[in-house]
Amino acid sequence: MNTRMKSHPRVGPLASGPGPVPALDVDALLDDRGTGIIVCCGSGGVGKTTASAALALRAAERGRRVVVLTIDPARRLAQSMGIERLDNTPRPVDGLRSNAKGNRKGGALDAMMLDMKRTFDEVVESQATPEKARQILENPFYIALSSSFAGTQEYMAMEKLGQIHARAQAEGSYDLIVVDTPPSRSALDFLDAPERLSSFLDGRFIRLLLTPAKGPARMMTAGFGLITAALNKILGAQVLRDMQTFVAAFDTLFGGFRQRAQKTFELLQADGTAFLVVAAPEPDALREAAYFVERLGEDAMPLAGLIVNRASPVPPGMLSADEAMAASARLRKREPTSLTAGLLRLHADQTRVVEREALLRARFAAAHPEVPTAVVPALAGDVHDLAGLRRVGQLLAGAP
Amino acid sequence: MVDADWSRVRLHVVTGKGGTGKSTVAASLALGLASQGKRVLLCEVEGRQGIARMFDVDPLPYAERRIATGLRHDGRPPGVVHALHIDPESALLEYLAMYYKLGRAGRALDRFGVIEFATTIAPGVRDVLLTGKVFEAVRRNRRNKGATSYDAVVLDAPPTGRIAQFLNVNKELAGLAKVGPIRSQADTVMTLFRSPRTAVHLVTVLEEMPVQETADGIAELTRAGLPVGAVIVNQVRPRDIAAADLEAARAGKLDADRVAADLKEAGIDVGEGLVDGLLEEARDHAERRALEDAQRAVVAGLGRPTYELPRLPGGVDLGGLYELAADLKNEGLA
Repeated sequence: MNTRMKSHPRVGPLASGPGPVPALDVDALLDDRGTGIIVCCGSGGVGKTTASAALALRAAERGRRVVVLTIDPARRLAQSMGIERLDNTPRPVDGLRSNAKGNRKGGALDAMMLDMKRTFDEVVESQATPEKARQILENPFYIALSSSFAGTQEYMAMEKLGQIHARAQAEGSYDLIVVDTPPSRSALDFLDAPERLSSFLDGRFIRLLLTPAKGPARMMTAGFGLITAALNKILGAQVLRDMQTFVAAFDTLFGGFRQRAQKTFELLQADGTAFLVVAAPEPDALREAAYFVERLGEDAMPLAGLIVNRASPVPPGMLSADEAMAASARLRKREPTSLTAGLLRLHADQTRVVEREALLRARFAAAHPEVPTAVVPALAGDVHDLAGLRRVGQLLAGAP
Repeated sequence: MVDADWSRVRLHVVTGKGGTGKSTVAASLALGLASQGKRVLLCEVEGRQGIARMFDVDPLPYAERRIATGLRHDGRPPGVVHALHIDPESALLEYLAMYYKLGRAGRALDRFGVIEFATTIAPGVRDVLLTGKVFEAVRRNRRNKGATSYDAVVLDAPPTGRIAQFLNVNKELAGLAKVGPIRSQADTVMTLFRSPRTAVHLVTVLEEMPVQETADGIAELTRAGLPVGAVIVNQVRPRDIAAADLEAARAGKLDADRVAADLKEAGIDVGEGLVDGLLEEARDHAERRALEDAQRAVVAGLGRPTYELPRLPGGVDLGGLYELAADLKNEGLA
């Protein structure tokens, strides 16, 4: 086991916890042929997309045959990976670095960007007869559902993962799939998506819509009449009609959908899957990460570790923030524009930020001492090319 | 500066990319407005209970709660901030009760799973319910007996990537409900959202992706006919090193001897590479500042009034919110 993340250079009273936090050995995870799927999750704005692309690139350059499924990469990053077109198909990424001997160890990287609506349409097309598929795809209710239902993106990310995995198994095309998750409010949304879809399909209301007007609906009908009347009053009659047409056409697909969702969920629980929870060193992001870690435990999903992304770089030297501020004030008194005073103020600020982040991490570790953690210092600039991703990959792996 | 009189705005919508601190800015804006003696309602719609955490109060119910008082201003009594946590289920039940007097049917709706269906699955309906409640709070006035009326409403809105869709409720419903009461409700709401009484502010930090997303958001809002307000640049690094020094720092040409002499004079024990460390920090800072300045130029090119808030090294707590509120007030947004 590698010890590089075991201690931080400035361990003060704030950073001391009940014990050392286990280090996340990223390279061991990437090199382990048993790792078939890596899922990067976390709340929005923590750098999931960059982290997953960086992991995928690093794995490929270490000899894995990788596909990375991204959700919404920054435009320039997408361009540099050759996936600026949203066509829902993995494309090879050019420019991978070979090692010193010119041998890439057989590694390769494909990348794709998820097209949520397209994926949904494809599932419908693959499950239904052409006639029925057309009926569904043209239904206004379906159109709205497939492009804006809260959770569609999460579910489709999972669906796509299932598809790619099945194909990779059949064709032997990839031995590692890296998945970025949608920028949802909560990281949990990703895990809840299949459940939400099931509850949609099993929902009493949908069942009622399916109940033929005359049939063995028995006692339901009285109450249901009341409801349809109320809904027609509120929504307008045509909405309910569209919905009914959609549900009727979709009915035969329900079983298939539920089965697929269930299968993907099982895939996520399998041994070859590794979840990496990404968080920024901020209270909200770490709180979300904590929820997520607990939830993974409940659902028996394999957690590989926590990535604390974009951590402030630790300032060198042993000068404390208070000392620096005091000295800065003394110098300012003498010379208001003193450069050294500015440098000291900067140092004090930086030290305070780093101390706060260390405290937040220590609190997370106190509650979740078993979670291996990697701390990735923030880069000065944005990442928009393979060189940048490579740099992030090095930092993730704790390489200098 | 572009048209920066916000005094007529009744509804301030605050959006921003995840991680830029939009909730912090929304809360500070509410406090800033209250510090002008206004009675303010701060709403959240994402089920996060972020307001309760920021203001250090118990989780908010679906009811307006007074949570803070503004700062005293010119000797006038300060205004207050109320907060409301809007969840779609409660909003739907309230809506049904208010407009349809659905006694028995209302309960039946719940029993048959319709409430759940409408609030989580039916596309667009969720947003109509959330924005509908905000609309109701804005439109309320002193004639509504028994209800608290507000001088301004601040909405901590969904992130930039979703904001136009969220506010453009009647477009979201368009494919579905072409006629009917929910449709006319959506139309009324849109009239307010498109009027000058609304301003959609975008929060960003000076990094490439958030700034790009802000530009995209502005374009999208403009296309949807929604009034773009200010761009609020959050978490700005301290700027107390002169431009010439920054340049020297980037080039590695700062005068190490002078810094060492200054430190000595300030009574600091120079040793163990302290000077080198400080110069290294300066170079890193200068590099980041240069990137910030490049993004600042992009933000300036967006053609919207811009306000800056400092990065708070100690993190944001209630005191921090008041600090930021004072900044927003001094800069003229609140």
